[in-house]
Amino acid sequence: MTSTSADAAARSRGVGQPHAVDLAGVHKNFGPVHAVRGLDLSIESGEIVAILGPNGAGKTTSIDMILGLSQPSSGSVSVLGMHPRQAISRGLISAVMQTGGLLKDFTVAETVEYTASLFTHTESAAEVLKRAGIAGIADRRVGKCSGGEQQRLRFAMALLPDPELLVLDEPTTGMDVEGRRSFWSSIRQDAGKGRTVLFATHYLEEADAYADRIVLMRQGQIVADGTSSEIKAMSAGRTVRATLPAASEAELAAIPGADSVELRGDTVLIHATDSDAVARYLLNSTPAKDLEIIARGIEDAFLALTGDAATTSTSTSSQGASR
Amino acid sequence: MSAEIPVARHAAVPDISDRRAPGLGGLNLTILKLEIRRLTRNRRTMIFAVVAPVVLFLAFGLNKAYAGQRAGEGNVSAFIMISISLYGAALATTAGGAMVSIERAAGWSRQLRLTPLSPAAYIAVKTLTAMVLGLVSVIVVFAVGKATGKPSLPGDLWFATAASVWVGSVLFAAFGLFLGFVLPTENVMQFLGLIMALLSFAGGLFIPLSSFPKLVATIARGTPLYGLNQLVHAPMLNQGVHLAWVANVVIWLAIFVGGAVWRFRADTGRV
Repeated sequence: MTSTSADAAARSRGVGQPHAVDLAGVHKNFGPVHAVRGLDLSIESGEIVAILGPNGAGKTTSIDMILGLSQPSSGSVSVLGMHPRQAISRGLISAVMQTGGLLKDFTVAETVEYTASLFTHTESAAEVLKRAGIAGIADRRVGKCSGGEQQRLRFAMALLPDPELLVLDEPTTGMDVEGRRSFWSSIRQDAGKGRTVLFATHYLEEADAYADRIVLMRQGQIVADGTSSEIKAMSAGRTVRATLPAASEAELAAIPGADSVELRGDTVLIHATDSDAVARYLLNSTPAKDLEIIARGIEDAFLALTGDAATTSTSTSSQGASR
Repeated sequence: MSAEIPVARHAAVPDISDRRAPGLGGLNLTILKLEIRRLTRNRRTMIFAVVAPVVLFLAFGLNKAYAGQRAGEGNVSAFIMISISLYGAALATTAGGAMVSIERAAGWSRQLRLTPLSPAAYIAVKTLTAMVLGLVSVIVVFAVGKATGKPSLPGDLWFATAASVWVGSVLFAAFGLFLGFVLPTENVMQFLGLIMALLSFAGGLFIPLSSFPKLVATIARGTPLYGLNQLVHAPMLNQGVHLAWVANVVIWLAIFVGGAVWRFRADTGRV
């Protein structure tokens, strides 16, 4: 990288490069539903960021605002220092949506040709079809394409304007494991150029494997923001489980190293950053027996940060309406 | 790793100074070409808009009992040809405009909002596509009429009448857009045949309104095809133009355009 081109780029963007994405104090209400509650998020150019959260966490609502499809109730949204609509009209943002967005009576090639004709600056249709891995089905009607092929078509369309920001809203929903893997390998091959990528997902392993940075959302707010390993560390620790009749919650919570305590009849569950200290205390100072120490994976980190385990499964359905 | 990141970031600094929005909100000939190609793939629409009017003309416009009778500057066969061409053009443009309902159901309109195509340009594309289908319908009916040799019209009225039918059918392109934004389903095309047949009867395209009971005829004069039907026959009948016909067209145009704009705004506000 020579300094001249960097300088030229800096000049063209003005002093203090705008972030790829900037959300400040963003709220979004749908009638009485408060879908997004005070979102502050800055994404640098070239970052690959995952927005992770259960259904109803406000991921899609936030993405719609970044794409200019809806306006925040309050707060501001900018992309590359401009209003999302301006960035879209210049071909600086592309998105791969979850479903829909295709006409089944066009062929794959016609859909790409149509989209390409709308941009002033575009890659060739043949090139994007190749990069998305669907050059072989260019003449097929969209209605005859499989779900995975349609998703690749959406990806090809998103590549056309050579966008600075690529937004993917749960792009692999409904794909099988193999389809997901090959879809992400296409995205990764393409991300080499330093494009900013923002994707929403509720697959933990996708966020873990493909993002430089994970933003965890819950009930319209960011509850954690960091690298995959930072996120795991935030809810690091283990669960100590033991049988202890007539346990006092207050006493257990006071054990150094214990983060939270759950009593289930005679069973106690203590989530701890220092599980050794908790185990030592239980065995030495209480009549606890049948002691077990259970490690927490990223799955638990996710549950710990996005809601308590007991309510997560029910909240996904009840909050679905706010999406 | 941390040493590489700034390098990568520099490489990522985008030079976006040369990025421009397209002119005309993204409107261009490629999308018009593709839209028309797509329209012709829809067999139901083509049958309704092009084949049906021809069949109707051949069935009713050539009857020896009345086809040759004089009517104004021409004959009854020409009068029927004009009525049927208006029916075909109105059906074609309504169907063309109503395609937005299919595109909304498929999420295509939402997808287009992620491109530089402006909402106004989208409406323009839909209107132009509908008008192209309307033009095909009018040309085919007039060409078949001419080929049969039955309709009689002064030479210049062939063109003037066909042109007025086509231009007038923009009213129904607006109607189609309005329906397309009101009806959220793919089923809109199934309603169209029925709606347009009713409006055509009420507009006096198939049977003169004088053969209806008085009250029905009075109500029928307020329906959207009536004014246009009177206007497109005016040159051949040569009996002047009533202000009420013009008012009918203007009022319905305002209602359809206003309705389409209103529903369109609500639609883009939500998605």
